[in-house]
Amino acid sequence: MVNPQMVMYEEEFNQIQTVVDHLVKSANSKSVFIVDKNGQLIAASGDVEHLDTTSLASLTAGNIAATGGMAKLLKENEFATQFHEGERANVYITLVGNRVILVVIFDAKSSLGLVRLRVKKASEELNHIFEKLIQKVQEPGDSPFAEITDEDIDNLFND
Amino acid sequence: MSFINLMAREINCKIVYYGPGLCGKTTNLQYIYERTNPEAKGKMISLATETDRTLFFDFLPLALGEIRGFKTRFYLYTVPGQVFYDASRKLILKGVDGCVFVADSQFARVEANQESLENLRTNLGEQGYNLDKLPFVMQYNKRDMQDIATIEELEDLLNPTRVPYFEACARTGVGVFDTLKAVAKLVLTELKKGGP
Repeated sequence: MVNPQMVMYEEEFNQIQTVVDHLVKSANSKSVFIVDKNGQLIAASGDVEHLDTTSLASLTAGNIAATGGMAKLLKENEFATQFHEGERANVYITLVGNRVILVVIFDAKSSLGLVRLRVKKASEELNHIFEKLIQKVQEPGDSPFAEITDEDIDNLFND
Repeated sequence: MSFINLMAREINCKIVYYGPGLCGKTTNLQYIYERTNPEAKGKMISLATETDRTLFFDFLPLALGEIRGFKTRFYLYTVPGQVFYDASRKLILKGVDGCVFVADSQFARVEANQESLENLRTNLGEQGYNLDKLPFVMQYNKRDMQDIATIEELEDLLNPTRVPYFEACARTGVGVFDTLKAVAKLVLTELKKGGP
């Protein structure tokens, strides 16, 4: 199929959320996101209520895509991590299994060393979960969208 | 690549507006942004140069409503149209679910349109996509200008496979929502067809 879908199931979603919730605490960070490489937010935890997570997800993916493009030109496989240091907030971004992006936002209460250490462990766990998820998605089965009729689609645009 | 979250009952799709420099891609998104209810849209992000030319992309998240309990969200992106930003254009096309080609109807831009369309085909091909199999619509923009080609001429030059086309004037909004609806519909229809 030209354009495969990514499907997130309840089981894996809960597992991912558990890892992310735990990482917020163990890394002493403000918030943690998981974003897919196309810029869609998969999970978030921590102090996210006042953040525009949709925009952050899209910009993070753009950032990773641009860095990946640079890597290619320099004959590197990928630059797997990025660190942005601000006056109050710092952002640590890392690619997990070349599939999804893990973003950790932290302030002076934590440190780059601690974040790196905790992210390493979380990345391994996430990689394992996403590997299973990808296998599950590839198994033949009905599309969750298969029952939708042309009429349903038309109705969406009628108001 | 659409993203279906069964847990949140959400479906997310990516639509890319492509076309030559100054054809009106950003103007399309700006019009959509201005005319959409605040609860249905997120923030519009424009990564532009100091002279307001798109440098990397514009981004606008839109919620179109629900289908059988699934919230449908469309992420609209534009590419930088200027020829030398090709590396960036390729990146934006990653994971695309549907595409709008915004053509500039003015005679002077005929070749720029053709070049950009060819570039779209090549860049999609490099990522394993085939433009003829992708949900795709054509928008003939700037119909309010003078010295413009006729629709027949544009169709012959740019749309040999006769995908749906729309006449538009993005500045005043004519045809902007028709184009968006058409491509969104094609994307959802494609989604219905294809299982993971």
